[in-house]
Amino acid sequence: MTPLLPKRELILVSIAAFIGLVVLPCLNAFTPANSALHVSSFTLSVYGKYLCYAVLALGVNLLWGYTGLLSLGQCLFFTLGGYALGMHLMLLIGKLGQYHADIPDFMVFLEFPKRFPETGGLPPHWIPFKSFWFAAAAVVWVPGVVAFVFGWLAFRSRIKGVYFSILSQALTYAATLMFFRNDFTFGGNNGLTDFKFILGHDVNQAGTKRTLYIASGVLLLLVYLLCRWLTSTKFGLIQRAIRDSENRVLFSGYATADFKLFVFVLSAVIAGLGGALYVPQVGIINPSEMAPDKSLEAVVWCAVGGRGNLLGPILGAVSINALKSYATHAFAEQWPYILGGLFVIVTVFMPKGLIGIPEQLRELKRRFGPKHEDKLAPRPVAPTTDV
Amino acid sequence: MKKLLMNCLAVALASLAVLQTSAAETVKVGILHSLSGTMAISETSLKDVLLFTFDEINKAGGVAGKMIEPVIVDPASNWPLFAEKAEELLVKDKVAVVFGCWTSVSRKSVLPVFERNNGLLFYPVQYEGEELSKNIFYTAEAVNQQAIPAVDYMLAEGKKKFYLLGSDYVYPRTTNKILKQYLKSKGIPDSDILEEYTPFGHTDYQTIVAKAKAFAAGGKATIISTLNGDTNVPFFKEFANAGLTSENCPVVSFSISEDEFRGLPAKQLVGHLGCWTYFMSIKSPENTKFVGDFMKWVKAPTLAGVDYKVSGVDSKGRVTCSPMNLSRMGVYLWKQAVEKAGSFQVDKVRTALIGQKFKGPAGLVTMQENHHLVNNAFIGETLANGQFKIIKTMNNVAGEPFSEKFLGKK
Repeated sequence: MTPLLPKRELILVSIAAFIGLVVLPCLNAFTPANSALHVSSFTLSVYGKYLCYAVLALGVNLLWGYTGLLSLGQCLFFTLGGYALGMHLMLLIGKLGQYHADIPDFMVFLEFPKRFPETGGLPPHWIPFKSFWFAAAAVVWVPGVVAFVFGWLAFRSRIKGVYFSILSQALTYAATLMFFRNDFTFGGNNGLTDFKFILGHDVNQAGTKRTLYIASGVLLLLVYLLCRWLTSTKFGLIQRAIRDSENRVLFSGYATADFKLFVFVLSAVIAGLGGALYVPQVGIINPSEMAPDKSLEAVVWCAVGGRGNLLGPILGAVSINALKSYATHAFAEQWPYILGGLFVIVTVFMPKGLIGIPEQLRELKRRFGPKHEDKLAPRPVAPTTDV
Repeated sequence: MKKLLMNCLAVALASLAVLQTSAAETVKVGILHSLSGTMAISETSLKDVLLFTFDEINKAGGVAGKMIEPVIVDPASNWPLFAEKAEELLVKDKVAVVFGCWTSVSRKSVLPVFERNNGLLFYPVQYEGEELSKNIFYTAEAVNQQAIPAVDYMLAEGKKKFYLLGSDYVYPRTTNKILKQYLKSKGIPDSDILEEYTPFGHTDYQTIVAKAKAFAAGGKATIISTLNGDTNVPFFKEFANAGLTSENCPVVSFSISEDEFRGLPAKQLVGHLGCWTYFMSIKSPENTKFVGDFMKWVKAPTLAGVDYKVSGVDSKGRVTCSPMNLSRMGVYLWKQAVEKAGSFQVDKVRTALIGQKFKGPAGLVTMQENHHLVNNAFIGETLANGQFKIIKTMNNVAGEPFSEKFLGKK
């Protein structure tokens, strides 16, 4: 049996995991705030956010890079996961809101007590979200079910290629419009915000933030390993075969629609999990997070990082968002040009993304470096006939 | 050789000392306005007016002798990014104060950040109230400084029927909820109040205008509009097509100021009303100076006192408007409070801010204990050039964020 990770990748991932999951949290917890080595809780939360984006990017890559399905609506699932946990967090605020009411603030100003008098203003579907475990399960099943229904209809009707992309984008756009409506009972444009507690801990405390960051890191690692395992199995082989020539796979007797549906649901669940950890770290979830441009951004991360392998999307998501954080401060007025220019350069000159740079360099070296072909490969000789 | 080395060291030390003193003479101030994305069109003007105000103050000697050094970030109309950038300003840049936010959702997003880090935010755009954070000062118009005076004016004009039309988000929803209660307390029956919301970017106003026309058929009707941004164009077009005019059914809009007319055709809005605590057309020596200096500044924007290059200021067709004026008022009130407190510490400045007065372009403003201003409110009639003709002034309206207080009082 071949090992799950090739040796070089194993070393790379171990080092990254050690730094990310052990060194940074320790520097946050055990160094004094004025020390040069100190990592502030703010920095840790921002990194936590990048890690959640990286989880989302892995889901996109599983679909696009490995199965050839370009979904432009992955942020819908990310946001649904976020909303599921966000609803639970909203209910934990209790009387600490601006209105000091038992129900979340937006329900007070929208006069929900008049609309839902029998529950004191809380819409009935919010009630089970009082339980953390229900909310945690919803993080998984809500995106999963939405993806299943949409995917089942789409794949059964043999919707492929660009049509699938357009439909997925339409789906997320429709959902955005729906969530923007205040009558839809999910907080409208403002969404859910001003969280105070999670599992009995103050969300603003350094310890909670650290835990959330570590949880994001662990989630990313697990999702990475899952993807690595899945793509190395026979299933992964069929996945790639579907990407490269779906009809041949179909004619070989595989129900490609089922395979695609499975991958689509899986990537939606992955996105939902990422979204759930994203929400307590950034402190707000609202419908603009599922607007089509956000999903496009996730696709751009994959493209820039390098799709069709597993480290590329992580690299893309983390580096682009880190660059964005840096540039919106350092070059507040010019940053869209910087980021846009980078995207153009990468897509034009680096078809394999950032992760493909070493390979490209080797290629360049081979082409323009000193020629010693005779040493490397034997020159082709005239074909000889077998005797 | 040794002498040379010593000289070098002395020069290095001296330059270090200079560097340190120059660093000590500035104070960092954050600007948190979207410079890209959907809100950039509105918020960029606020960034401009803030830089202009910093320039004014620095030229006049700074804040407590220190030059204002702006730290500009771009939260890119992205609400989670607002929270991140706010925290960055407070934690990494350690700014003394932040001026920023336009939309309510952006303010809601940064509110926990300011409370957690004990920062100070000045918020300058009309809003729905029902919020009071000890870390935010709202120079913005509260509902009772904009919507209530407008409705009072309409009632005095003999209007009996009110159509409350808005975009579907928190500001229109809350404002209309308050207005409904207020109108009822003034004896307007439920049947004469209609309430309607349309999504962002809505363009098809045929049904709504038809409804409004039927509603206005008996006369004495008015539309109170909290429609936002570019949805106003199709609405007013349809409104004119249906044969409605400012004569038979005037519209009072709360979200259209002079700055919006840079992007909206004013033609269809002529005669309709606006209500703000500042109009560019106000005639006062302070306003003449503000408008004149700002127009000069945008042509050659600089920032005195600090090494900072101002860029990205559009010089064409500039106007001033209420959010811009209130941004500027915020800076001056903060400056006075810092000088009174003799410190930049948030807790001391907060205490000193209460009761600060400043004579601005629209008259005297006073910061109250509830973190809102006492301000003059004006009703203006839209002119074809995108300006307002002031038709009524209400002096010294005290901002009150909580509707139960001002509704209860009356």
